[in-house]
Order: sequence, then C-alpha cells, then structure tokens
Amino acid sequence: MDEAKELERFDDKIEQEIRIEPKDWMPDDYRKMLIRQISQHAHSEIVGMLPEANWITRAPSLRRKATLLAKVQDEAGHGLYLYCAAETLNISREEMVDQLLSGRAKYSSIFNYPTLSWADIGAIGWLVDGAAIMNQVPLCRASYGPYARAMVRICKEESFHQRQGYEILLTLCRGSEEQKAMAQDALNRWWWPSLMMFGPNDDASSHTAQSMKWKIKRFSNDELRQKFVDVCKEQADILGITIPDPDLKWNEESGHYDFGKINWDEFWNVIKGNGPCNKERLQARIESHEEGAWVREAALAYAEKKKKSELVGSPSN
Amino acid sequence: MSNQSEPLWEVFIRSKQGLDHKHVGSLHAADAKMAIENARDVYTRRMEGVSIWVVESKYIHATNPDETESLFDPANDKVYRHPTFYDLPDELKYM
Amino acid sequence: MDSKPTNNAQNDLVDFTLFFADSSLIMGHRLSEWTGHGPMLEQDIAITNIALDLIGQARNFYQYAAELITNQKDKKITEDDLAYLRDAHEFKNLLITELPNEDWAKTIGKVFFFSTWQFYFYQKLIYSSDKQLAAIAEKSLKEVTYHVKWSSDWIIRLGDGTEESKKTIEKAIEDLWPYTGEMFVPADFEADVKNSVFVDVSSIKNDWLEKVNSVFKEGTLAVPGESWMQSGGKNGIHTEHLGYILAEMQFMQRAYPGLEW
Repeated sequence: MDEAKELERFDDKIEQEIRIEPKDWMPDDYRKMLIRQISQHAHSEIVGMLPEANWITRAPSLRRKATLLAKVQDEAGHGLYLYCAAETLNISREEMVDQLLSGRAKYSSIFNYPTLSWADIGAIGWLVDGAAIMNQVPLCRASYGPYARAMVRICKEESFHQRQGYEILLTLCRGSEEQKAMAQDALNRWWWPSLMMFGPNDDASSHTAQSMKWKIKRFSNDELRQKFVDVCKEQADILGITIPDPDLKWNEESGHYDFGKINWDEFWNVIKGNGPCNKERLQARIESHEEGAWVREAALAYAEKKKKSELVGSPSN
Repeated sequence: MSNQSEPLWEVFIRSKQGLDHKHVGSLHAADAKMAIENARDVYTRRMEGVSIWVVESKYIHATNPDETESLFDPANDKVYRHPTFYDLPDELKYM
Repeated sequence: MDSKPTNNAQNDLVDFTLFFADSSLIMGHRLSEWTGHGPMLEQDIAITNIALDLIGQARNFYQYAAELITNQKDKKITEDDLAYLRDAHEFKNLLITELPNEDWAKTIGKVFFFSTWQFYFYQKLIYSSDKQLAAIAEKSLKEVTYHVKWSSDWIIRLGDGTEESKKTIEKAIEDLWPYTGEMFVPADFEADVKNSVFVDVSSIKNDWLEKVNSVFKEGTLAVPGESWMQSGGKNGIHTEHLGYILAEMQFMQRAYPGLEW
C-alpha cells in the first residue's frame, strides 16, 4: 500500500477512536511524538521517586513509613510500565535511559524542587499526584494502545497516592500550631510549581495541537490547569490552609476560579537545568546506573552460562 | 560496559483459579527465573494473580496487520456458527 | 533477682518480641535506602517489596510487644513509642541488620544470611505455645520463604556471574560472616530453653549452615571457616552504625515529641 493510502487509513482509525497498535502503520511523527511523550513520562516517574525517597528513612511513624515506601515503589512500577509501552515503538529502554542520563531527555520539572519537611510529602501526594492524575486520566483513552493500557494500570494504582498525601496534610492541619505551619509552608512552596506541571500556556505549547489532533492528549494544558485550580481551592479550604495567590478568586461569570500569573521565567529556567535540585537528581540517577552496571553484567553473564550448559545437557531430554 | 542488556519478556497472569492467563505487560530480566520473580514483584503487588507465565518477547509470533482483512473479515458473515442463529420454539427447554 | 518468676517470663517474652521487631525494622529500614537507587528498575521494586515485608513484620511484633507492655505497666504504649523513642542500647536487633548496604553484593549477602536465619527460626516459632507469636511467625514465614529464594538466586548469580561479581560477593561474605554467629547464641531472655514459648536458636544452626552450603556451592563460592564472631546486638551493644540509623529514623518524633503524624 502506498503512503498516502496508509495515512488515510491511519487518520480514519484515529477519527473512529480505533486504537493504534504497535505493528500498525503509523506516521513517523506520530511515533516520534509518542516516544518523546511516553519516555518523558517514564523519566518523570523515575526521577520523581527521589524527592519522596528522601523522606523514607525519616518518616515519622511506622505506618507512614510503610505507605510512603509502597507509594515510591509504585512510581518505579509506573516508570517500568511506561518504558515498556515506549519500547513497543522500537526504542530500547537503554536508549531512553541514556537520553535521560546524558541530559538530552526531559522530565517533569517539579521533581527538581527539594523536599524540605515531612509536610512536603503530603503536599507532593496532594498537589503533584493530583495534577498528575488530572493529566493522566484522559490519557487512558490515548490513541496508542500500549500507552492507553499502561495508563489504565497506572491510574488504578495512583488513586491511593493522592489520598495518602491529603491525609498527611489533614493530620498536620488538625495537629499542633507548628504542624499546621509546616503544612502551610509546604503549600507555599509547592503550589506554583504544581501549576507549572500542566506545561506552558496553550498558545506557547508547541506540541499540544498536533497531540490533540492525534488524540494522544484530550485536553489542553490550560483546560486541565483550570480544572486543577478549581478542585484544589476547595480542598485547601477543608484543610484550613491558604493557597499562596492573592489573585485567586471565584469568577461568577466563568464559573471558575481566576488565578494569578505563573512565573514562566522560573519554569523555563528549571527546565533548562537551573532548578534547585536538577544536578542532584540527575547525578543520583547516573550513580545508580553506573554502580549497577557490574550487577547487570553479572546477571547476564550467569544467564549466558546457564543457557550454554542447558544446551550441552539437553540431548538426554 | 557491555552493550548487551537484559532481554524483554512478556508477562501473562492468571488472576484466579479457573481463568485463563492474560497478558498484563512486559519487563526486563536476564533469564527466565529472574523474569518470573520480577513479574511477581512488579505485576502481583496488589493480589492480581495466582499463576505467572513469562515468555521472551522475541519468541512471540504475531499476525501481520496488513492481513487483518483477509484473516478476520471472512468470519463476519458466518453467523450460523452462533447459537442465536437458529430459530426454535420458546417451549423448548434445556437447549 | 527476687522478682517473681512469672514476671521474669513476661519480661523475657517482651524482650524476645522486641528482638524480632527491632531486627526486622532495622533490616527493613536499611533495605528501604535502596528505593529509587536499585541497579535496575525491576530490582528496585523487588528490594522495596522485601523492605515492606520486613517493616510489616516489625509492626506486628511491635504491636504485640506494645500490648504486653501496656498490660504490664498499665500505661498506654504504641508501636511507634517502641520504634521511635528507645535509644540504641535498648535496641536488640542483630548486628548484621544495621551494617551499611554498601553495594548490591553486601546487601544481597545480608538479606540471604538474615532471611535464611528467619526462615528456620519462624519454622520453629510457628509451634510456640504463645499463640500470638506463632501467628506472626506463620504469616511472616510465607514472605521470608520468598526472600530466601530471591536472595539465594542473587548469591548464585553474583558468585557464578563475572569475575568482578565473584570478587565482590566474596568480599561481602568475608565481611559479613563474623556477624552470623550471634544469630545462634541465645540471649539471656531466650536462655530458658524449657520455656515452650521460645525457640532453641542453637538448634537451627545446622539447617542454616546446610542451606548456606548448598547455595554457595551452586554459586561456586567457598563457605568461610570458623572465625571470631561479633556479638552484642541482642543485649543492646551495637556497632556505631545503629546510632546514626536511629538519629535519622527517630528525628521527627524526637524533634516534635508527642504529636500525631
């Protein structure tokens, strides 16, 4: 079949909401866009383990320790599902990891902020996972089958993350004055970076239009961000802490909360590598990878040896 | 460092006794034993399974999407293969 | 030593329970340091599973100890009081659990020696006349059985993998071996071997050694000979590492005493 006809069939499937599967014909740019988006998403899960893992050894109770461990572990699982989904597009996990470690690939800039207090673990669960869920739920219907299936699994597992984060903050807000102050401080530091998680404004987002046309994304950055603000305002009220935005007010006409201007200069700088923890995060990934090299080699060498000895031994079977 | 890496495996899980194994995803492992252990650790953390199959991805053979029409469309008009095709009186029981 | 024998038995039971709780917690805590830093993604998840199992076991033992102490002292004690408000000399964990992870080989060695010991211990503890301990042992045994299998596979892989991995695991075994002795020497609180609550730890040494022998053999590794063994953990005399573990682990509870988290 010629390319024009293939393209027509592809567009037709997208139109009819028929999922694209790995062996199906797809435009090169679609493949590239998916690889970029899925691998970035995977990297974000993996790098995202670091700021939270920072508090595993200091979690204030045994129950919190166990739930935080389980949560950070889930993120490893999510990274794994996503790397595997991307691998169906003819790129290996090694290549993707290499892109991350060499600084060529991006990951969500939020994870370049530090976790300074226990309340940050609550704020991450509530805001960062909350924002992630808002982004991810529509991706369960993404046009690429393996991506959509990975997202279904991820969303199912993710639902406990936000709840545990909110519960941490709720406990703090119902606690002592210093605990409440800790919660407010965390909200102050995580609020704006969380809003940035939805990406640049629609008019500045280079990929959004094409991604929506291909039904990878279903909602624009600004639509999701607005939805997030609306939901969070009410959740912050229940906690009794204040969102650090003097311009945040209900707009009767639009039926949404108006909110202040995002500092995009900060956003682009963190992306460029100037965030408070960019270097540490990448360094931590590089170290794990390099220190793990001999382990991976040993496992492969052992597997090779076993394979050979099985071949030698097989005639008797 | 060698440029070899752990091969990719496909994971199939029986969610409970009596059901078929179903494809749930994939993972990397150096050998089959490790693949099974990894599958247990990655894919059954929430009581998702009672039995695991793994197969190295390169051993899976699949139909070619270009042949989808010729392979699967011909079944469309063979409705007589389904029990509802046959008109029988309502009084008839146990059939 | 004129306290009533029933009291002694009760104190021994608390200490014995804490010994398990502390050993599981410190081991789990150390393993949790790997989360986010594993040598491959799949193994990061695997080792976190083990950490979670151990912390879960620790919680079961702490909750039981807390219940015993609460009844004894008529003062409400919780699992977190026991984990976060005791100092190093009160911890009874085996020394091997507090040693730093260092690298994958050292960590695997720790998991293998410790889990194998747990395995044989729990196999006996399930017959304890103390129903609660027996129930915790039974639940833990399933988890530990997997830890033994997982770590055995890794010992074999590293032993029979590359030259580098062999050297690294050999070094780890050499370093860890002196910390395996105290696992089989009863502490004062378990000395009363006629007490049907406890397990005679010296009786599981042969099983443990046999398992170590067979796994090492498959991994083409030599079992170290008789050597000086370190001890003290069960009696609250630890390595310098435990103090730092507790400083980190207990930080929140110490900095903000008496709060809910």
